[in-house]
Amino acid sequence: MKKNYKARNKTIPLLTTVSPVAVWLILLVAAPLLYVLFLSFLSTDGYNVVFRFTFDNYKNLINPTYMEIYANSFLIAFFTTLICILAGYPFAYHMALAGKKKKAVMMVMLMVPFWTNSLIRLNGWKTILGKTGFVNTLLLNLEMIHEPVEILYTRGAVLLGMVYTLIPYMILPLFASIDKLDRSLLEASNDLGANKVKTFLHVTLPLTFAGIFSGSIMIFIPSLGYFFVSDIMGGGKSQLIGNLIETQFKAANNWPLGASLSMMLIFLILIMVTVYKKSGGNMEDLGVM
Amino acid sequence: MEERRAIVEIKNVNKIFGENHVVHDLDLTIYEGEFLTMLGPSGCGKTTILRMIGGFEEPSGGQILVEGERVEEKEPFERNVNTVFQSYALFPHMDIFNNVAYGLKMKKVKKEEISRRVKEMLALVQLNGFEKRYPSQLSGGQKQRVAIARALINRPKVLLLDEPLGALDLKLRKEMQLELKNLQKKLGITFVYVTHDQEEALAMSDRIAVMNQGYLDQLDTPEKVYEKPVTRFVADFIGESNIFEATMSEITGNTASIGLEVGYALGLAEEGVTYAPSEMVYACVRPEKVLFSQETIEGFNIKGVVREQIYVGNIIKSNVIIANGQTVKISRLDIDEVPKVGERINLYWNSDDVVIMKSRGYQIRSVIENASLGGN
Repeated sequence: MKKNYKARNKTIPLLTTVSPVAVWLILLVAAPLLYVLFLSFLSTDGYNVVFRFTFDNYKNLINPTYMEIYANSFLIAFFTTLICILAGYPFAYHMALAGKKKKAVMMVMLMVPFWTNSLIRLNGWKTILGKTGFVNTLLLNLEMIHEPVEILYTRGAVLLGMVYTLIPYMILPLFASIDKLDRSLLEASNDLGANKVKTFLHVTLPLTFAGIFSGSIMIFIPSLGYFFVSDIMGGGKSQLIGNLIETQFKAANNWPLGASLSMMLIFLILIMVTVYKKSGGNMEDLGVM
Repeated sequence: MEERRAIVEIKNVNKIFGENHVVHDLDLTIYEGEFLTMLGPSGCGKTTILRMIGGFEEPSGGQILVEGERVEEKEPFERNVNTVFQSYALFPHMDIFNNVAYGLKMKKVKKEEISRRVKEMLALVQLNGFEKRYPSQLSGGQKQRVAIARALINRPKVLLLDEPLGALDLKLRKEMQLELKNLQKKLGITFVYVTHDQEEALAMSDRIAVMNQGYLDQLDTPEKVYEKPVTRFVADFIGESNIFEATMSEITGNTASIGLEVGYALGLAEEGVTYAPSEMVYACVRPEKVLFSQETIEGFNIKGVVREQIYVGNIIKSNVIIANGQTVKISRLDIDEVPKVGERINLYWNSDDVVIMKSRGYQIRSVIENASLGGN
């Protein structure tokens, strides 16, 4: 007898389950990225984008003026990341080891400002750091200084703004990795002859490295691009890669150059993640996959 | 009996977590070279005691001495004691060599000596050649051995083991029990072992400390704990028992006549223990010691009906219902030796197979009396 098993048609169920995600990914992730990539190979006639293929945008990235901006940008990004690690780690460590109630309070303290518009919060700093602001007034009244000092509109102020805006991105992955840490590992280390400092260096730190790295990526890249921080806190004096991109799109009308600058940043992320993976890092620990 | 040297002395130790009184007035002396097991259900305080000896918890009151020195406030690594953790707690980012070598590295021991001693330890736990592997590549039993090697490399005087075999399957667990016992004998160091598995405790220990809700109910050899439980809890927790609520009626020589709720029986009156007239006691008889007969037996009057038979492989169990509804368990090695279902039988036992225990009610009464006499 002929077997009469019909292979069930799986096309429609498959399409209905997968397509919403696929559509979402294509529309919101792939399409914009491909558009930027495409744009970065086009030329401009000074006002509009012209459909003529060229590598010039990438050649133009190497240019002494830009180099200075890159250097400034990387310097700020590097120190922002460093300060976020140094300030964020103790906070995250404390939060992970705290009791339920304290943990909740710390989380709220971290998240509420995070949900408030960062432009408003950054402008708040102006009233604190400005020439007639809180800090200067206090120092004047204490007669520690005789005339207001310039705190705002310095590189330090930009750094402060960056750290202030971005530190939750460091604390959250750090908290996740410290919270996951098995406490009995710390006790075992303590039992075997390591004091608190040695335990931290030999056990806690290596086991939470993924959190540090994940947080660093999430801070390093945005701090290259957060032009509004440099605008508000630096008064436009200190130019970052982000400002450069913004200028290309809004003022200079050179979208292709802006696109190639953007591609450079994306490429940078890919390099960082690849280095992490090659050095034995687990992608799952980054919380991105 | 030979003179034994105390290695860990726990004196009047209490532990309170918030509103939970976890350990009550504990006095316990652990001797050099013995295998002592703390046995009890979860939440009885056994792990807390171990953690206090290890230095991970500080007692709320009382003293803990290791080698005659007070250690309550010392760091875990400042006492000559090491711990094998329940979840093994191997460092996942280090290979087996570095895991085992950790303690020596912290003590800045010379490199050649470290590698020699690690090799020795891995040989001891039969894991030669595993140096380069990572914990995630090992089976549960292998991880367990690494954890033991890592703790032993520091040459502790006392090894604390917190339910170390809990995560292993039954067969492996039995193997590891023997292995651990042999290891302890070979090294001659003190093992303090925490478990809730009574069979494990009976099989491995020199002495067992049975814990009940933060109190030490009994501290004795496995045989004594099984044969002569001192509280109802111990009798119930270790092995199976038939426990009757009874009153003491008459003592002639060392034979006590006891009245049960339904009927009467004979028991062994411990020498030197005095009972008030009609004092409430518990009479405990193990299922394998319960005898039965069609005829009435002198001194006994317990009648029952056999309700069911349960076959559990190596033994046959039989449940007998007596007049007050209590189920009396009988167990035998052979199917021909248990009564048939539906049979009406008389139960009895040899008077020295029954353990008579003073009930907690008596203890409470004496506490109240003492308190009022003390005028406090």
